[in-house]
Parts: sequence; structure tokens; C-alpha cells
Amino acid sequence: MTRSLTAFMRASTRSGGRPGYRAGVRAVAPLFPAVLAFGVSFGVLAQAAGFGALASIVMSLTTFAGSAQFAAVSVLDAGGTAAAAVGAAVLLNARYGPMALAAASVFRGGRLRRLVEAQLLVDESWALAQRDGEFDRRIMIGAGFALYVGWNAGTAIGVVAGDALTDPATLGLDAAFPALFLALLVPLVRDRSALAAALIGAGVALALTPITPAGIPVIAATVACLVGLRRPAAAHAPSYERPPGARAAPPCRAEEAA
Amino acid sequence: MSAAWVAVLVVGAATLALKGAGPVLAGGRTLPGASARVVDLLAPALLAALVATNAFASDGELVLDERGAGLVAAGVAIALKAPLLAVIVVAAVTAALLRLIS
Repeated sequence: MTRSLTAFMRASTRSGGRPGYRAGVRAVAPLFPAVLAFGVSFGVLAQAAGFGALASIVMSLTTFAGSAQFAAVSVLDAGGTAAAAVGAAVLLNARYGPMALAAASVFRGGRLRRLVEAQLLVDESWALAQRDGEFDRRIMIGAGFALYVGWNAGTAIGVVAGDALTDPATLGLDAAFPALFLALLVPLVRDRSALAAALIGAGVALALTPITPAGIPVIAATVACLVGLRRPAAAHAPSYERPPGARAAPPCRAEEAA
Repeated sequence: MSAAWVAVLVVGAATLALKGAGPVLAGGRTLPGASARVVDLLAPALLAALVATNAFASDGELVLDERGAGLVAAGVAIALKAPLLAVIVVAAVTAALLRLIS
């Protein structure tokens, strides 16, 4: 697994058939150990918080969203009510509304199929699917499926094996996630609008972290996309020279519309 | 029903709806000009927010800890055009080593 994202991207844009799903699985492979380990932690913590084995496993199978699951479990563990646990978890997952909306145009088929495929959307699969200024549905599904397997296998291991296992933070695995998101953000920042959206988004999220419940900062960061309403300056619209080896980056729709 | 099961079922249903709403209602459609520009910028805005909160937020507080150091190391690896796996390993190893010695 040493091929770069760039290589995956080329492979995925070249191939028209099934390899797109496999490219998604390969793209997410570097994260697999971390997701498995956090799945194990979730299984252990849910048990400790009084979730039965079945409830822990069903939650990973149906919710499939790490931060929301940890939040719900920790609220109940701290003696909170079911309503408080649900509130915290739903707030954390509210970001999936705008994330899925951003990807919506590439979903195909009937409503049920779109609904089912959308369930494989999590932060990592959504981020990995950002390719060439478009959202690659197959990458999202391949990556999401691999993450689903890892997350649920981890949960089951955690439920069964209990706390005989190491805290993933000791292995630095919690640092893998911001690193992944940064690596995927960099190629998206290819014009001033995208840079402004990224900086404002990060700024809003950090500013709100100390003063709002968890989950709000990331949702509020979506206001940054309103810089897209600004009329793009004609001066920087046409030129997209990139150095050799740079990721293929066609002009985004904002610029094409200029 | 126990509080745990209420949380499992309600959070599961809410998540299904949150993930599914956009693709079910707007799937396969190309959005008109201005809204497409706005939706295009959701990706960098949300990714940047995920970077910020995953690296610097902890229990509702801003913190500078080993994850931040891992992020800086990842930034260097990205600037050096390292493959994704290397970027992730560099971040994790940096954080793990700092925790080991602190």
C-alpha cells in the first residue's frame, strides 16, 4: 500500500467499471488499522457504559459514525438521559446533511438505492471521494464499505475481548484523522474561493469549539461556503497551470461560471 | 426499553435520514449555477473544519497536544508530496513518540 492518492485518482478516472470501487477500498487501506482500533474502543466503552453486547453491535451496524456513537455512550455513562445522549449524537451527525447534499448530484438509481448507498458516507469515505473537483461515487462506496467492515469488526472485537486491549491514542492513531483530512483538503484548495472557504471554515469551527456543544462547530463551518456567492474575479479565472506531478485539478464550477 | 436501546434506535434512524436526505431528494440532479458554486465550497469548508476540530478540540476546549504536533508533521509530509499512507503514519508516529516521552 504505497501507491499515492494521485495514482488512485488516475486509476479511478480512467476506469469505467468495477475497479472504481476497488480503488476506494485501496484508498482507505492506510486508515484501516485506526478505524479498527477505534471500533474496538467503542465496543469496550459501550460495554462499560452498560450497553449490552447486542446494543453495542447494533449501534455500530446502524449508526456507523464514530464520534456520534462515542458521544451517545459517554453521555449515558456519565448518567445523562437518553434524550441528552440522542441530542449530542444527532448534533454530531448533523454535518452529514450538508456533506451528503454536496455529493447528492452523483448518486444514481432509484430512491432506495440512493438511500442505501448514502449510508456508506462517513467523513473519511466522503473526503477520499473528492476527486478532480468532482465527487466519485464509486470511491465513496468502496471506501465506505471497507470502513464499515473495519468499524463493525472492531466493535465486535471490543465487545468480546473487553479492555484487555490498548488505548488507540497510545499508538497515536487519533492523530491519523486530522492528518488524513489535511492531506485531502490540500488538493481541493486550488483557487481563492476554496482557500477562503477552508480558512473561514476552520476559523469558525475553532472559534465555536469552546462556546457551543460538540457538533455545532463543524455544522456552523458550512457558512464558509457562502463565499461562493461572491462574483469570481475575471482576472484569475482562466489559468490553471500546475507543476508536473500535481494532482489534476480542473477549474471548479465557480470559475467556469465566471 | 433501556436508555441504551432508545439511543441506538433514535440515533440510528436520525443518521439514516441525515445521510439519505440529500441523495434521495436531490440525487442525479445538477444544481443551478449559484447554488452549485456554494455546494462546491462545502467540501473545503467542511474538511478544514474537520481538520481543526480533530486536531485541536477536546471535550469542548481548544487544546494543543500531540495531535497538533502530528498535524504539523503531516503538513511537512504533504509538502514533500509523500503518499497518503506515509502522511498518516508520520502523524501517528509523531503523536505516539511524543506521548511516550511525555
